[in-house]
Amino acid sequence: MSPTATAGTAAAATAATAAERGRAAAPPAHLTMRDALNRALDTALAEDPATLVFGEDVGRLGGVFRVTDGLQRRHGADRVFDTPIAESGIVGLAVGLAMNGWRPVPEIQFDGFAYPAVDQIVNQMARMHYRSRGTAPMPITLRVPSFGGIQAPEHHGESLEALFAHVPGLRVAAPADPLDAYHLLLQSIRGDDPVVFLEPKSRYWDRAPLPEGGLAAAPELPVGASRVVRPGRHATLVAWGAMVRRCLAAADLAAEDGVELEVVDLRWLKPLDADAVAASAARTRRAVVVHEAPLTAGLGGEVAALVTERAFRDLAAPVQRVTGFDVPYPAGPLEPQYLPTVDRILFAVQRTLEY
Amino acid sequence: MPTREPPDPRPHRARPLPPDLARRLYRLMLTARMIDTEAVALQRQGVFPAYVSLRGQEAAQVGSAAAMDPERDFAFPTYRELAVALTLGVDMVGYLASHRALWHGGLYDPMASRFAPINAVVGGPVPHAVGWALGERLAGRTGVAVSYFGDGASSEGDVHEAMNLAGVLTAPVVFVCQNNRWALSVPNERQIAGGSVAARAAGYGMAGVTVDGDDLAAVHDATRAALERARSGGGPTLIEALTYRAGPHSTSDDTSRYRDPAEERAWADRDPLVRTRAALEAAGAADAAFFAAAEAECRAEAERIRDGVSAAPEPPGTDLFDHVFREPAPHLAAQRRVWEEEVR
Ligand SMILES: Cc1ncc(C[n+]2csc(CCOP(=O)(O)OP(=O)(O)O)c2C)c(N)n1
Ligand SMILES: [Mg+2]
Repeated sequence: MSPTATAGTAAAATAATAAERGRAAAPPAHLTMRDALNRALDTALAEDPATLVFGEDVGRLGGVFRVTDGLQRRHGADRVFDTPIAESGIVGLAVGLAMNGWRPVPEIQFDGFAYPAVDQIVNQMARMHYRSRGTAPMPITLRVPSFGGIQAPEHHGESLEALFAHVPGLRVAAPADPLDAYHLLLQSIRGDDPVVFLEPKSRYWDRAPLPEGGLAAAPELPVGASRVVRPGRHATLVAWGAMVRRCLAAADLAAEDGVELEVVDLRWLKPLDADAVAASAARTRRAVVVHEAPLTAGLGGEVAALVTERAFRDLAAPVQRVTGFDVPYPAGPLEPQYLPTVDRILFAVQRTLEY
Repeated sequence: MPTREPPDPRPHRARPLPPDLARRLYRLMLTARMIDTEAVALQRQGVFPAYVSLRGQEAAQVGSAAAMDPERDFAFPTYRELAVALTLGVDMVGYLASHRALWHGGLYDPMASRFAPINAVVGGPVPHAVGWALGERLAGRTGVAVSYFGDGASSEGDVHEAMNLAGVLTAPVVFVCQNNRWALSVPNERQIAGGSVAARAAGYGMAGVTVDGDDLAAVHDATRAALERARSGGGPTLIEALTYRAGPHSTSDDTSRYRDPAEERAWADRDPLVRTRAALEAAGAADAAFFAAAEAECRAEAERIRDGVSAAPEPPGTDLFDHVFREPAPHLAAQRRVWEEEVR
């Protein structure tokens, strides 16, 4: 990519981000994704006495991102508690608590530190229900602040969705905006299967206007459903987490050139709403899937296959993937060049249009 | 070949078991030994693809499990806890179904039996016991979790995390490490720095106890005390029961590659069945008629279980899909249709 393109990309991304965040004085009737997730946890703790929230620094501190802020004060130190720094133990604890009738919502402090817990997540949490022939309840929602974009230290910008989507017995979800985050987290907690819930930390401070009637009145989609966040007719962008906003920014720019992009927020990454995504791609005849994770064996390949299997005859071009590169997640200054840029998304759209 | 006597177990001051209990536990040990012998035979006959024998660990398992309250407590086993299962009243045909490779976790109901699914991850289930135990404390109930694991498992990070968590959270859990001297081909000397698993308890702020794991009364007493402590809010205990894996690691193993046959021969004197029988006789708690009747009845029970597991039906193919999730999953429904059309 040329230096000019890089600069342009950065500028576009910055502009988009500022607009997305609604920096203009926000009236109190707005809330951030962090607020929404906090309210979802509060609701879950209030509505079901079996719900427990625990992890590293989630109690008095309220979590490093303050997602659990105030929960210990409101619900007590028995139901919202700090654990030692032991990711595998935290998930193992959740498995045992679930077997004893509790509804655990453990937090892994940062994405990269889910790796020490992979054995408990994959060999235990994901399989205990199956292993026990459905007798052991396993309603665990494992919250993981995820993805990059905040110039964090190493191991604080990982995208784990392909890893966990590959595991039988796990559901995987990732919210993209505040209002949806509220319902998505609540649905994950209320559901009776283990969910790995990937929160886009670069979006924690995004604001959305609070609907009349409060958060609970925000539109709630069925479990498993994707959603069209912007309708269009020339190509479909498929994304999740923080990349949804980036796709919307790309769609804004494309619209200036008369190209109408449809943006689909996947929301559920496993099981994935394949029919709806394919239906969108069939309508627009072109699809570009965008994710932060590296290219090879990323979820983009799965989306491309599912769309191709269902909509091959309707497609005018092969499904394109715009992803991170197959390199370890880079440090700050290189981050904007690693993450899919608006320019790269638009290049990919152009390839599908000119195919 | 490295061999070493285990550190001298703390001379137990266990009172002799009440005669009724001693007789009942001896019969459980004998039944376990006989089921175990049948299971090895089933593997030889090709009914089981493989089997892991508990031979030599009957006192450690029966003694500890018999101290549990089967109405309140919950056991988290590995793959070698046959006699724990038997003592807790688990359906043994369902238990052995795991070894016949009918269902990995076993076909018994783990929740109703209060005996978690058989777990093949060394160390993996130990933190589950802590979670379950914490759940008891939070609910204001008085059940205690008992976590079984081996000397080899004691090296796993999960076991350390679990013990620290148990200490920090004052979880009512009893860790029972059956130190059978071997972790597959690796002896204690190359497994346990410092030579004692129980000694590590101090570092986690809990009581650590070493017992002669082949002394039924000592194991029972140590476990009973640990359960009482946990139940009354005193937190976790780590019990290291020194015992011996009398047979190979599994039916696929070849001990001649790593351990001196003399060691196995020497074990014969330590055989917990022989010792328990001698203790019963010495206490005048059982006579020849008792042992003859026990022999016949336990054999009949073992044969019934052997026949049951041999005849158990294979699980239907629908079992592939039925227990993955509780909530609907469209992708699995689609894959199940493929199975129906192209495989079944
Ligand atoms: C995490 C893990 N690593 C390795 C293995 C393979 N493995 C199975 S049993 C075993 C030895 C375990 O020894 P120990 O904990 O002493 O238990 P024992 O077999 O003596 O009962 C090994 C290495 C495994 N099942 N799980
Ligand atoms: Mg061992």
